[in-house]
Amino acid sequence: MKSILLIASATLALSVTAFAQSPAPVSSQPLAPANGPVLIQHGKIYTVGAAGTINDGDVLIENGKVAAVGQNLPVPDGATIIDAKGKPVTPGLMASYTQLGIEEVEMVNETNDTKADQDLDSAAFDVADAINPNSTLIPIARIAGVTRSLTAPVMGSSVFYGQAAVIDLGTGHDLIDKRHAAVLVTLGPVGSDIDRGTRPDTWAKFREVLDDAREYWANRAGYHRPGGSRDQRSARIDLEALGPVVKGEEPLLVHAERASDIRQAVRYATANHLKIVILGAEEGWMVAKDLADAHVPVIIDAQHNLPNSFSDIGATLRNAARMDAAGVTVTFMPESMNPAQFARTIAQVAGNAVAYGMPWDHALAAITKYPAEVWGIADHYGTLEGGKDADVVIWDGDPLEVTSAPTAVFIKGAQIPLVSRQTMLRDRYRHIDKKGLPFAYR
Amino acid sequence: MDPKRSHLLWAIAVLAIVALAAAWLLIPGLRGSGSKEDVKVADHFPNDQFPSTYKPLPSQPTLIRGATVLTGTDKEIPNADVLMQDGKIVAVGQNLKAPDGATVVDGKGKFVTPGIIDIHSHLGVYPSPSNEATQDGNEMVKPTTPEVRSENSVWPQDPGFARALAGGVTALEILPGSGNLIGGRSVVLKNMPSRTTQGMKFPGAPYGLKMACGENPKRVYRDKGGPMTLMGDVAGYRAAFQKAVAYRDKWRKYWKEKADGKDADEPERDIGLETLALVLDGTIRVQMHCYRGDQMATMIDVAKEFGFHIAAFHHATEAYKVADILRENNVCAVMWADWWGFKMEAYDAVPEGIALVDAARACGMIHSDDELGIQRLNQEVAKAMAAGRRIGLPITRAHAVAWMTRNPAKALGILDKVGTIETGKMADVVVWNGDPFSVYTLTDKVYLDGALVFDRGNPAISPRSDFELGQMPERGHTGGAGQ
Repeated sequence: MKSILLIASATLALSVTAFAQSPAPVSSQPLAPANGPVLIQHGKIYTVGAAGTINDGDVLIENGKVAAVGQNLPVPDGATIIDAKGKPVTPGLMASYTQLGIEEVEMVNETNDTKADQDLDSAAFDVADAINPNSTLIPIARIAGVTRSLTAPVMGSSVFYGQAAVIDLGTGHDLIDKRHAAVLVTLGPVGSDIDRGTRPDTWAKFREVLDDAREYWANRAGYHRPGGSRDQRSARIDLEALGPVVKGEEPLLVHAERASDIRQAVRYATANHLKIVILGAEEGWMVAKDLADAHVPVIIDAQHNLPNSFSDIGATLRNAARMDAAGVTVTFMPESMNPAQFARTIAQVAGNAVAYGMPWDHALAAITKYPAEVWGIADHYGTLEGGKDADVVIWDGDPLEVTSAPTAVFIKGAQIPLVSRQTMLRDRYRHIDKKGLPFAYR
Repeated sequence: MDPKRSHLLWAIAVLAIVALAAAWLLIPGLRGSGSKEDVKVADHFPNDQFPSTYKPLPSQPTLIRGATVLTGTDKEIPNADVLMQDGKIVAVGQNLKAPDGATVVDGKGKFVTPGIIDIHSHLGVYPSPSNEATQDGNEMVKPTTPEVRSENSVWPQDPGFARALAGGVTALEILPGSGNLIGGRSVVLKNMPSRTTQGMKFPGAPYGLKMACGENPKRVYRDKGGPMTLMGDVAGYRAAFQKAVAYRDKWRKYWKEKADGKDADEPERDIGLETLALVLDGTIRVQMHCYRGDQMATMIDVAKEFGFHIAAFHHATEAYKVADILRENNVCAVMWADWWGFKMEAYDAVPEGIALVDAARACGMIHSDDELGIQRLNQEVAKAMAAGRRIGLPITRAHAVAWMTRNPAKALGILDKVGTIETGKMADVVVWNGDPFSVYTLTDKVYLDGALVFDRGNPAISPRSDFELGQMPERGHTGGAGQ
């Protein structure tokens, strides 16, 4: 067992040699969780928790959990030992705002469960109904060290987009970590120049729906009675979904780019005791104090620095660093054009934030601990600390560096084979000039 | 070596050269297009109606001292000096002497590379901000529009140019979009802030012709009279080039009759067919959007049928599946590091694509196709290099740097002018504050023809577009290159 794990955790060169010589040894079954404890030794352990960074440290994985983190941990009976050889060990990364699990090919509609039907203006649209654990995007993201995703609807033409969920990117059948993690709403104009509502339109509708929801929840039993909330324009399913939101339990994930839009959203949330998170926040740095004072976190693509419209004129590469310095909780989304396919760029986004002034440890926390706290899963994910799910990554170099990659990935304690549809395609065509049977047999 | 044998070898060598020369003269196929008896369309029709007015900024001699130099020619020279004078690279080596009046730049701990060349950009034609008024990149009114030119759509005030400059991009090809089978001429620009497009135009760079394979033309014209299938796409290219051949031959006949002193009627000029005839000449280079390997093979056959050459397939996510075919046909492949999956024809991309094409000794390179990605092409090459190394390919950074410098220069037909740090080339040079293949490294200084055009440490040497002036200055917003 030990030797098998060692091979799996060695650099890919070894497994590639094996692929080149023989039919791809890809197991059709997910790797079973390690039978017994796994002890990672001699790593540079970035716990992202209270223990900070531990040089020459160990991480013990047992029963799917991090059992212990420290130096010179005792070796339990039957433990598989992995020598990290001084390389970085981090929590698995989290990409906030992707469509992992609800989209295969962005422009093939049949593969997309990302957007509510036009008629369903819909807080009730729930991505958790659609998560596909067999999506090829999931292995591609996880072998880059991404182990959790906030999977969320894409922006449509309505005010509300629907409900997001946190998923893990493991090999299980049910990936949902947390349902109803947030309800998405836009409070600034998005979409095309021609076909969009104005800000006052959006706000009027937004206020009406939330007012309806409060009224509905104040007298839910009276919904069907004359004069009850059935007379409202809002659909019952939406009002149901917005219950935890108006009670301040579930965050509204508010897409807003312009500084004034962000500020107005923060003021409304404060006045109405809502929990909100800002998505996009291109001009967040201009209102960083408002965000920090109201404890409103943000999800940003730190690489966005051009005015895509007149709503994000102030976009800058220093957005992350400036908000972070002001005390805002900053989390990252992947490159924003195709966040599902590009989930693996999340570490690069964090690295670029560092290049423009964000402290390195904050940037790592922005893709581990901070999103765990923002999405309410910090009790079991986000740091390498005893009792948490064992989402653990061993890297061949600085995890935020573009040349680095994982050499081993564990999700909820199970070691993930470093195989994806892309590694298999690569191996099939690795030796293009090699004579033999057609590529379809390789 | 025995002197007699040496003489014999020399004699054989001379004979071989004579034989080869005779064959070259006697067998037209060996000479390719543009042989002596074939009149070139470019000899009769002016090719460049919007001539470059690009002028380098005044510069003084500059000596970068003691840097790590990645030359773009597979060489990494530690602790080296680069001397730029009169717009050219005049010396690369160790312990160079600074000429009188030279600016000396301390290169300690820094890296020097050739300026980055992005062979696929839509800056200026799809500028920021993006709205209905600024969508000038694609004349999607009919599937074949060789008559249009991207240079007539470029908005030189696109803030994206300055951002790309801060990312080390010194030259870029601006292409029409990919909605059409034949989308029009592309233009190569120097990334020099200018009031006019002509002021940016790379002097002497050939034009390109944008063509597009696959899904996009089908999607755009499905309900507009076609093509609606791949076979419709191919029929469209062939019909267009058949017309171009007829057009060229009509003019050749006319020119010959006139030269023979005969009374001949002048054919009617058609600016679209003229562009295609210039492609048949080899004067304009075909830059073709093509994701799938099988479609690349088809297009190579189409090009052979009509006697033109495809310089490069762009967005070539499946180039790694046909790298041998690309190598044998001398067609470059322009790729991303890890973009994939946004459309069906991009579903099979792999992060090792560039490295695999390179390993097959074909010509691979990076591109952005994106106003944000163009600012970080060094990081994209770093990812592609690292992915290749992880499958055991011995790729040095000295080699990988060519994926963003030498190879795009080659595919654009400007390698004689830029793309490497070699004596006599234009001094388009980037000084980085560390290893350019690190996410933490930023450009420090960017030179165009030996003139400092971006200096991260000096806000006075940081261009910003008209559009960004006066936008929220009271909030501390500056815009410009370093935004």
